[in-house]
Amino acid sequence: MNTKNEKPDTYYESIIKNGFSRRDFMKFTAFMAAYMGYETSAIGQISNALKTTPRLPIIWEHYQECTCCSESFIRTDHPIAADIILDKVSLDYTLTLMAASGHQAEAAKKAVMEKYKGEYILCVEGSVPVGEEGVFCCIAGKTALDQLKEAAAGAKAIIAWGSCASNGCVQSAKPNPTNATPIHKIITDKPIIRVPGCPPIGEVMAGVIVHVIAFGKLPELDRQGRPKAFYAKRVHDSCYRRPYFDAGLFVEEFDDENARKGYCLYKVGCKGPVTYNSCGSMKWNNGVSYPIQSGHGCFGCSEDNFWDNGPIYERLTNVPGFGIEANADKIGMVAAGVVAGAAATHAIASTMSKRKELKERITSGKDLEKQVE
Amino acid sequence: MSERIVVDPITRIEGHLRIEAEIKDGIIVDAFSSSTMVRGIEEIVKGRDPRDVWAFVQRTCGVCTTVHALTSVRTVEDALGIVVPPNAEMVRNIMEGTLYMHDHVVHFYHLHALDWVDVVSVLSADPAETSRIAQSISSWPKSSPGYFSDVKKRIKRFVDSGQLGIFANGYWGHKQMKLPAEINLLAVAHYLEALEWQKEIVKVHTIFGGKNPHPNYLVGGMACAVNTDDPGGINAERLAYVGQLIQEGKEFVEQVYIPDLMAIASFYKDWGAIGQGFGNYMSYGDFPTNGYNDPSSFKFPSGVILDRDISNIHPIDHRDSTEIVEFVNKSWYEYAGGDGASLHPWDGETNIKYSGPKPPYDHLDIDQKYSFVKTPRWKGKPMEVGPLARVLMGYAHGREEFKEIVDSALSTLNVPVTALFSTLGRTAARGLETQLVANWTTEFYNTLMTNIKNGDQRMANSEMRDPATWPKECKGVGYMEAPRGALAHWIVIKDGKTANYQQVVPSTWNASPRDPSGARSAYESTLIGTPVADPEQPLEIIRTIHSFDPCLACAVHLYDEHGKHISQVQNTTSCNV
Repeated sequence: MNTKNEKPDTYYESIIKNGFSRRDFMKFTAFMAAYMGYETSAIGQISNALKTTPRLPIIWEHYQECTCCSESFIRTDHPIAADIILDKVSLDYTLTLMAASGHQAEAAKKAVMEKYKGEYILCVEGSVPVGEEGVFCCIAGKTALDQLKEAAAGAKAIIAWGSCASNGCVQSAKPNPTNATPIHKIITDKPIIRVPGCPPIGEVMAGVIVHVIAFGKLPELDRQGRPKAFYAKRVHDSCYRRPYFDAGLFVEEFDDENARKGYCLYKVGCKGPVTYNSCGSMKWNNGVSYPIQSGHGCFGCSEDNFWDNGPIYERLTNVPGFGIEANADKIGMVAAGVVAGAAATHAIASTMSKRKELKERITSGKDLEKQVE
Repeated sequence: MSERIVVDPITRIEGHLRIEAEIKDGIIVDAFSSSTMVRGIEEIVKGRDPRDVWAFVQRTCGVCTTVHALTSVRTVEDALGIVVPPNAEMVRNIMEGTLYMHDHVVHFYHLHALDWVDVVSVLSADPAETSRIAQSISSWPKSSPGYFSDVKKRIKRFVDSGQLGIFANGYWGHKQMKLPAEINLLAVAHYLEALEWQKEIVKVHTIFGGKNPHPNYLVGGMACAVNTDDPGGINAERLAYVGQLIQEGKEFVEQVYIPDLMAIASFYKDWGAIGQGFGNYMSYGDFPTNGYNDPSSFKFPSGVILDRDISNIHPIDHRDSTEIVEFVNKSWYEYAGGDGASLHPWDGETNIKYSGPKPPYDHLDIDQKYSFVKTPRWKGKPMEVGPLARVLMGYAHGREEFKEIVDSALSTLNVPVTALFSTLGRTAARGLETQLVANWTTEFYNTLMTNIKNGDQRMANSEMRDPATWPKECKGVGYMEAPRGALAHWIVIKDGKTANYQQVVPSTWNASPRDPSGARSAYESTLIGTPVADPEQPLEIIRTIHSFDPCLACAVHLYDEHGKHISQVQNTTSCNV
């Protein structure tokens, strides 16, 4: 029952009709510009984009997944999910939330694919099993593989939500029984934004969508196709426990004295040093906490093949690079090797020498904080 | 002549589910439930460190996130004989309690309500009358005529835009939609409020587990160390935050969810006689108050009820190889012992073998195998699991708090006790137990605070974390009551590695295909006898299926070693007949 109104409200119109003033609207755009890390000069650009763009049509497919990405998306605090789906985009197909089922659901998708050919964004949650010609995931009697190809053909761009669509995630871990495959290995002729994480942070998901609608273009991506705004830095480099790492103060086992003091979790397996994500800076669920703050190491859920990168509770054998200068494109390609049992590693050795140096500097009366830096 | 209708995809569920139903003279005479996705998680965890398995199997489901993690750590702790500290038990209870509150509210408003609530009808509602109704049933403050008027305007603008988004092609105007426009407006307003509220209650998981969805668990306890005198631990600020979130969650449940549930149910009493099923109910019990190894301390009692006979409760033994078994006679798997064999999960196999029609297909061949869900049975009988089973079990055990809420709801709605065994009863039971769980979660929080106040800071037991201390071979079983029903995992550990792992999940019990005797499982059974006014708009099928809150990723992921996700519920009568 999609009506045939030719001219949907623009963002500006919908905000004004919602009873907000033009001043509110400008505050909103300024907030978004700041949120997205843009210069003040971009505010005008955002507000113009929002004044003239009808709600962006989105088709959101679900293949081999657990729906944690959809759940994370509705957790976003700014903007909240209700405002996104009522005022900012037109979420025309998603198995999780849409009212229609069966052929009515498929008809809604088809209508959008025809009416907005070349204009809609295809969001994909889940990997695609390509084993045995795709029979391991069928929707409406068709394989996910066929559904993907059909929906991708008319899409302006594709957002690969989460580690399933970006990397294959848990079902692609060895022995990958269904030959679960990430989207970029199937669709090669469309721009693809990879937003890894299991799931990605809700505000990161909203941020990617806001970027597309506000600026009318895709965010800048790194070599692996991830938005630089959210995946440029290692968790290690934004971690508030980093000073303990540098000082060689570690949790030895869970709930020991050091754990209660909030020391570094590196020795109980934290993969923060090889994981690129915003957990340490934006944190989760509107900044409440993140895994390390709640006492459990990062297990690298936004990295390629993280399920096969060694046991969760074994320490990394080496920590590539120290400091934020480490290049995400380079480091991201380095596999996170682990070793069982071996205690002394490059990192520990480095830490020990740092610790010695630290002690010397303290005795020479220099400022502690600066030395840790 | 009967006609076969297909509903695929069934939306507003987790996973991919397909329903095929035979309709004769406007009544469903037979039904087939199929899950059409598999991933093979059980195979993937083989050979891995048992301490890591919780994280893999947690990814079975991101909607009821936490349940497979909790069940997995209980399973490994059972195998290794680990007892977790009381604080960890309470933190796990609090996380589970808040999951219930989140999951049931989201199910009611975002997954189930659009089966009963007509969004388009909101356009003709009188906001002043909605306000009067809202204030007569609840003390929730957002209830002014102006508030509802704004919601109505917002929906009107949305509809007028011509881009109907998630509401496109819904069953608006269907003759089975019976709510007055004013109640529809109330429900839509609360749909939006609940969407905003749900992101708050999960912050309890973020505080203790670092994130949501998929917070972190730990074999031996929890990783969130307590230190009331350090910024690095669970301290007074963190605990106060948890306390406030629980209180706000409880208020939403009591002042919004329950009044709305009762108001809407009162217009659909006829559904108290639809979707009845076979009458066997099973609950494993959960929410320990004196340790997981003391089931008598559980807030949800355990047992099996047969043929609706609540005077007779049968005990369950997860370790008895003759009680819980799984069949694959109608599922796309192979057993070494052949299709007629049944296996206890400790001996379970997950060898995926698809033998269905070649896609694209219009119909499944229901005479052959037709689903990626295995078929579990308890002593040979199909079981319904979920909120209704739990509420009935509490009632059958004679627990006062269960009797109070059930009797009060029956009298409010003025329906007979038999109305419990129905689609309406299932949906009502979900709300009633949420009230109980919200109360209990407050108790768990108070217990945690008292423990800490008394100087007990322990959060994890590390005694058996070193594999060098483990026996060469051991096995364990862990269970819980997930929001969708009875959930258990079984593990066999050899030489420090996972030798076998099997998950039998709630939607496996409810969504499975029939067993070798031809007996139907819950979805298929409850659909029989359901009237369908318009086969082109199978709203009635969706209502009953949604009353179970399907989670097909669980149903399939859990069981399959090959990770096929059972997610096709084709809810609409779409195909050629």
